[in-house]
Amino acid sequence: MEEIALHILDIVENSINANATQIGIALVKDSSRKTLTIVITDNGNGMVHDEVNRTLDPFYTTKEGKRIGLGLPLYAQSVRECGGTFSIESGTGSGTKITAVFMLDHPDCKKIGDMDETIYVLKASHPEIEFNYTYEEVW
Amino acid sequence: MKLKPEDLDKITERMRSSTALREGACRAKITVHMGTCGIATGARGILKAFLAKKEENRADDVLVTTSGCAGLCSHEPMATIQLEGEPPVKYAELTEEKVGRIFDEHVMGRKMVKELALAIGNERII
Repeated sequence: MEEIALHILDIVENSINANATQIGIALVKDSSRKTLTIVITDNGNGMVHDEVNRTLDPFYTTKEGKRIGLGLPLYAQSVRECGGTFSIESGTGSGTKITAVFMLDHPDCKKIGDMDETIYVLKASHPEIEFNYTYEEVW
Repeated sequence: MKLKPEDLDKITERMRSSTALREGACRAKITVHMGTCGIATGARGILKAFLAKKEENRADDVLVTTSGCAGLCSHEPMATIQLEGEPPVKYAELTEEKVGRIFDEHVMGRKMVKELALAIGNERII
């Protein structure tokens, strides 16, 4: 992916496919720590413990007829490339929470990109879903 | 484009009100394939272009939505157009220019753009 906003779109599409009706997208840019923290939460189907452990394996997917699942591995790789941290919390029936911290001063950190366009297309193509998008800058 | 929270609420309301068709009353359904492969090759811009054409034509009976990977990653970005009572048509390697033509000729004019179409009907990847 060329930009972080596209990763976010990709991860939120996973939430939609997991039957989420409420999706939270929270971005916090910390200028003093030079970090961008992205927390994506949903109330979708969630995953059992074993699935959570395997989501970063590109050759693991739960989609019928598919053999690879690249969305989360690529997102995690983008985080790793800039020295950030990545975590997934999930449980069956309790939704999923994915937290990524990007180190903005790292030369390999991707640009945030067009978040407005990402949020616009999500809201316009899925008006039945409640999206809660927040962006905060702290110093 | 700089969106404010109130703009986003307006988008949701407008789309909700124009899409009673989600419950089955739509004349045409446009599905943009938004798997990782599609997004990486420009599906977001394609989706935005279809939404713009829907607004421009005030086509309230046209549903624009998304789904996952269509299983033909090398042909992304892709979209499926299905008119009421007709088989779905897959369009591949889309650009914003192609979107304009497909919307005008297929969605509004009910005539498939043969030279841009990849497949007709439902297929299953085995």
